[in-house]
Amino acid sequence: MTNEKHVKEPLFHITRRTDIKPLAAWGIRLIAVVAALIVSALVIVTITNYNPIEVYAKMIEGSFGSERKFFILLQNTAMLLCVSLAVTPAFKMKFWNLGAEGQVLVGGLASAACMFYAKDSLPSWLLIIIMLVTSILSGIIWGVLPAVFKAIWRTNESLFTLMMNYVAMQLVSFFIMVWVPNGSSVMGVLNQKSESGWLPVVFGQKYGLNIIIVALLTVVMFIYLHFSKQGYEISVVGESENTARYVGINVKKVIIRTMVISGAICGLAGFLLVSGTNHTISKELAGGMGFTAIMVSWLAKFEPVMMIFTSMFIVFLQKGAGEIATAFRLNESVSDILTGIIIFFIIGSEFFINYKINMRSKSKGAE
Amino acid sequence: MIKTIFAFINAAIIQSIPLLYGATGEIITEKSGNLNLGIPGIMYMGGISGIIGGYLYEHSVANPSAILCVLIPLLSSLIGSTLLALIYSFLTISLRVNQNVTGLALTTFGIGIGNFFGGSLLSFFGETGSISLIRTGKAFKASLPFAHKLGIFGKTFLSFGFLAYLAIAIALVTSYFFNRTRAGLNLRAVGENPATADAAGINVTKYKYLSTLIGGAIAGLGGLYFVMDYTGGAWTNNGFGDRGWLAIAIVIFAIWRPTTAILSSFLFGGLYILSIYIPGLSGSAKEIINMLPYVVTILVLVIISMRKKRENQPPAHLGLSYFREER
Repeated sequence: MTNEKHVKEPLFHITRRTDIKPLAAWGIRLIAVVAALIVSALVIVTITNYNPIEVYAKMIEGSFGSERKFFILLQNTAMLLCVSLAVTPAFKMKFWNLGAEGQVLVGGLASAACMFYAKDSLPSWLLIIIMLVTSILSGIIWGVLPAVFKAIWRTNESLFTLMMNYVAMQLVSFFIMVWVPNGSSVMGVLNQKSESGWLPVVFGQKYGLNIIIVALLTVVMFIYLHFSKQGYEISVVGESENTARYVGINVKKVIIRTMVISGAICGLAGFLLVSGTNHTISKELAGGMGFTAIMVSWLAKFEPVMMIFTSMFIVFLQKGAGEIATAFRLNESVSDILTGIIIFFIIGSEFFINYKINMRSKSKGAE
Repeated sequence: MIKTIFAFINAAIIQSIPLLYGATGEIITEKSGNLNLGIPGIMYMGGISGIIGGYLYEHSVANPSAILCVLIPLLSSLIGSTLLALIYSFLTISLRVNQNVTGLALTTFGIGIGNFFGGSLLSFFGETGSISLIRTGKAFKASLPFAHKLGIFGKTFLSFGFLAYLAIAIALVTSYFFNRTRAGLNLRAVGENPATADAAGINVTKYKYLSTLIGGAIAGLGGLYFVMDYTGGAWTNNGFGDRGWLAIAIVIFAIWRPTTAILSSFLFGGLYILSIYIPGLSGSAKEIINMLPYVVTILVLVIISMRKKRENQPPAHLGLSYFREER
């Protein structure tokens, strides 16, 4: 090689790696979490001067400190997991459903409407069934609309679903205005006396049924994604639409069908939140879960079982940060800052799982 | 009646300025193929950084000068929002991770920072109450001295602080940049097809970084305008509301054109407050009117995708990372 002297090899170059072992991948993620906790600790110290260990201890207390706190943690985890399960099949086929928030909201709205208009004219079990069906249908409508346009006209789905969130929020505000004529724009607890349309208490736990339903759903989703033909079609479409078309998969049908499922589960989440948890409706029903669910699902690599852990982790962070906010008299937005830092680190670590950095080799001509 | 109409136009322009900053910033970002959903967070960051800068200056000097009252918050706002945009750029461009997830996390993070410091800045300095930077706000609000002599016209169109005019100027310059300069053409090429741009010798990484950083800085000014000019130097948590998302809606509505974004922002700003100016509206009807901007955006999105006119489409590589060795 005559011109070797003139060619400057860059300090490092990056190549894709496909052969990483799952254990090594999770190891990298674990390192990222630890690094994130260290950075968060530094942030806590610089802005508050508190001992970070004490702060983290308080966070753990906030989630596991008492039986009640623990069940609230479980219930919140279940709901976040439910929404995460909903967005997962769509994400697996690279359909960016950013509209889970709105789909949950309309689901909740449908349930609340049933409760509001039926009062106690129907037996509770019948009302619950009607609520369930209308919620799921509403969720489907909200989810499938962007999917139809995506399938036929290739309308950008992330922007479409994003906008649908705000339409849903305004719709909720509208109905609250109609239902609560005094202008306070806050909906009280529905059917407080009769508890008609409320999910029954199981095992002495108010949120018991929510947790059980979501646990079942996790199993079903795991089986659906891994062992069903439809689940396989979703992965193929996600990997490459052209391949899917070539092997004879009807891509349009898969997109619409998957979003029906996604919307239906979001609607179910809305139903659980209204019927099982809150017994009322507000614009904040989903409370940003639609967006957090995207991170949960992505962090878990679209694995339903891993999502149990990632959703619990995120809820733990939020609960814990809420706890330290009150204990150390901080503003509770500190939880958003910590969540942000930790997610940045974990998503950043994906790079090191998917790519390999090759440093400039000293020995020339070895390869 | 005519007075109400002019008051409405004036209010609509005021509302449109933060939206225009956000939309222009997002357009510049999206033209490079980066769908930055962190813009709402960046706008909060731009606002709170300006507040922090202004607070530190106003409270460390006995007689704050008006010029520094503007320059220091302006600079700190630009630094704050650029830093957030840098996090996004590093993660999505250098580390090539998913843009949607990064953007949403950035929004959570930015709004968290805004509300955290907004809610506890004073307590760090042993004060109570809420933040109110009267001098700084006044300096930002300073309008042309002869504006009020021009009657209703001057009052409606010329009574704004300098940031309002800057927003329109930036949008116009951006439009010129996209359509009339070599660098603008290169940037659009990067957003449409980075592989081709790369092959043509364009430094894709550099263009992506610069456009995302500059876009973020511009969007942050929207937050600064809101806290300094609109609220006169006061911060309320979540006061900025969902304007960031509305700015992203405007990007679509304006089909990625900065000049159209000026008019779209005005329209959306008007819709944002229309319900206040229509007499005798019931509470529920107001909510329906507030829904309009989003419904209209969806319609635009659907129509442009149905008509398939090439110049109206989103940048073809919007939302995708680019890796040279993966084509």
